[in-house]
Amino acid sequence: MSTSTLEKHSKALDAAEDGASHSITITLRVRRFNPEVSEDASWQDFQLEMDPKERVLDALHKVKWEQDGTLTFRRSCAHGICGSDAMRINGKNRLACKTLLKDINPEKPITVEAIKGLTVLKDLVVDMEPFFQAYRDVMPFLITTGNQPTRERLQTAEDRERFDDTTKCILCAACTSSCPVFWNDGQYFGPAAIVNAHRFIFDSRDEGGEQRLEILNDKDGVWRCRTTFNCTDACPRGIEVTKAIQEVKRALITRRF
Amino acid sequence: MKIHKYDTVIVGAGGAGMRAAIESTKRSRTAVLTKLYPTRSHTGAAQGGMAAALANVEEDNWEWHTFDTIKGGDYLVDQDAAEILAKEAIDSVLDLERMGLPFNRTPDGTIDQRRFGGHSRNHGEAPVRRSCYASDRTGHMILQTLYQNCVKEGVEFFNEFYVLDLLLQDVDGVKKSAGVVAYELATGEIHVFQAKAVIFASGGTGKFFKVTSNAHTLTGDGQAAAYRRGLPLEDMEFFQFHPTGIWRMGILLTEGARGEGGILRNKDGERFMEKYAPVMKDLASRDVVSRSIYTEIREGRGCGPEGDHVYLDLTHLPPEQLDAKLPDITEFARTYLGIEPYTDPIPIQPTAHYAMGGIPTNVEGEVLADNTTVVPGLYAAGEVACVSVHGANRLGTNSLLDINVFGRRAGIAAAEYAAGADFVELPEDPAKLVQEQVERLRSASGNERVTEIRKELQETMDANVMVFRTEQTIKTAVEKIGELRERYLNVSIQDKGKRFNTDLLEAVELGNLLDLAEVMAVSALARKESRGGHYREDYPNRDDVNFMRHTMAYREVAADGSESIRLDYKPVVQTRYQPMERKY
Repeated sequence: MSTSTLEKHSKALDAAEDGASHSITITLRVRRFNPEVSEDASWQDFQLEMDPKERVLDALHKVKWEQDGTLTFRRSCAHGICGSDAMRINGKNRLACKTLLKDINPEKPITVEAIKGLTVLKDLVVDMEPFFQAYRDVMPFLITTGNQPTRERLQTAEDRERFDDTTKCILCAACTSSCPVFWNDGQYFGPAAIVNAHRFIFDSRDEGGEQRLEILNDKDGVWRCRTTFNCTDACPRGIEVTKAIQEVKRALITRRF
Repeated sequence: MKIHKYDTVIVGAGGAGMRAAIESTKRSRTAVLTKLYPTRSHTGAAQGGMAAALANVEEDNWEWHTFDTIKGGDYLVDQDAAEILAKEAIDSVLDLERMGLPFNRTPDGTIDQRRFGGHSRNHGEAPVRRSCYASDRTGHMILQTLYQNCVKEGVEFFNEFYVLDLLLQDVDGVKKSAGVVAYELATGEIHVFQAKAVIFASGGTGKFFKVTSNAHTLTGDGQAAAYRRGLPLEDMEFFQFHPTGIWRMGILLTEGARGEGGILRNKDGERFMEKYAPVMKDLASRDVVSRSIYTEIREGRGCGPEGDHVYLDLTHLPPEQLDAKLPDITEFARTYLGIEPYTDPIPIQPTAHYAMGGIPTNVEGEVLADNTTVVPGLYAAGEVACVSVHGANRLGTNSLLDINVFGRRAGIAAAEYAAGADFVELPEDPAKLVQEQVERLRSASGNERVTEIRKELQETMDANVMVFRTEQTIKTAVEKIGELRERYLNVSIQDKGKRFNTDLLEAVELGNLLDLAEVMAVSALARKESRGGHYREDYPNRDDVNFMRHTMAYREVAADGSESIRLDYKPVVQTRYQPMERKY
């Protein structure tokens, strides 16, 4: 009972099943900073033998585990769902665990540095507290009035779809720390907080939309957005961040959501 | 050293920890200590769903769910606990919905449900749609929803605090919990948390395997802390290998893919699960499917140049269905394998996924010091615990359920206990053990490296105590682990600093993995039967006469300081279901 797809292998599948190692030498250029050692940050190069199919996170691990144990970065799930390892790779915000070496031209030195706009504490580790504070400030939870229903609240598939995109957020800060407005003014809520406000404002079950919109109507709120689309480009979950921000702006004008 | 005082301290901020925190914060002054940030835990990696017999899309009831759970666990499940799990599942799902969880919906607007492995209608007649889901990111949505509600309730978190020790004190002949000792990642400072009640919710221990779906941070820290303080670990030989991990990488591809109609195929394109499980086919329990996959591979029907994997075929499903129901896992295939799941089958192999065993608890989440004695003030919930609702093999969607049902129970029980209890006096020099451990590692100059020992541990575990085991392979593992434990004493690290010293913590975590791997292998060696996730080729049948019992492993320290593992056994709680032959 074979199927046509299995008889005719695509080139992509053949490549995926090629288990042989095809090591190349890469240069990983990391922005180092450790105030226990020096007040100044500096670049350090590491030469590594890597398979281009491996991830930037694998390269960082290889450095840490085989060359320099002091190299410090956050990571956990290693497949793009926990949001720990957002960093600036070749000048662009990405998750190290979702970035394959072959996709970023391993022929040239690969630069890795901490995300911008948040205080660097050591190497690639930044202070996430201002980021999470902005998130907490938009009341990121379902607000309802009246008695709880005995069963689930009903919601149509269309109403559920309305905010689907913004439920994907993993709070990695890739968007917020790619935003020029956030770099220049740490008071700005930033894209991630607005995305999470959007997730509730457009949830048909929620009754806190007006309160959240007032919070985002603030001088550090949604109007600071200059629509540069950096956030949308940076999002490792493919969320249309700028669009979500525009929808919040529109809701503030029309008061319809 | 800083000393903090809280009524309730929760260790871990995954699903179980945060579900507990929502309850305990309402009732007692609570602190949550987590070695990550709250939304980083591996609950977020769970995909397919959470089981509950809501009967929104077809006839179902909690009794069928109870039966499936017990059968899925190969009758090692404590049946009273499974009944609670299945009954409270319904309110657990509804609670999450009311907290805001965006479940997928039916045309009527109720929570949609889909099929999952081992979940059946009327005691095995046919697959049933019982899994409540939010696309293929149900765990992510549970984690986010619980964190959102923790923000709402004002739960107090200590982020990047590694709990390295549990403080137990003898009070009038009763062993009681006095608190925990934690290491603050940012500063290297040691903190003692004195607490009336402590809940361990620190997750699993899968990182002693090489091919695993588990996060780098799943290193069994809670189990190891309890074990080193003389508490038993239950059923550690039972580890689940999820059938569909991405080949060689181990990244999870949800069973929901098969629930949506995906099919496993060998190199001939054959739907081989029809041979092994005529009724449930690709939706048989995970242990059965993983063994079937390896049987195909061993008999020469594996795929690829080395014949070392099989395919998960989704190509017959409409692209719209994949986009709507399985967007994340199809993206994983694109990102990590460079293939298009609309048209290409996905190379997969079983991946080390879930520890059925752990710190023994009763159904209130109270930790047991032996077969019956409760440790007052100490609780555990989620993967770190063994209630046991999963027995010898957990059903898919029952872990997201477990963390919610027993996380909630533990949170309530701990806070209520704290309300009526006094603080237990801290031991003299409470942080001594942790200080010594940290100082020893920081100043060590031995020639062994963490990386090398961890790699060898993972390789021996994959080779010897995975899906198929024999006396010989397990003995090989025990011997190797013993050698690695010796070498670990000689390990040194490069980062000697105090600030964000993850080099140091990786060494600590490796110590935990080594202890737990040894418990697992020794427990597996003694279980001379095959049951659920523990398959012995030299004893291929289940032996209810001799082994219908839980393993309880204790750390023993002799007068000369030498360590050993003592195995004891605990009866299985049986209520209404008699063991039967397990067929799917």
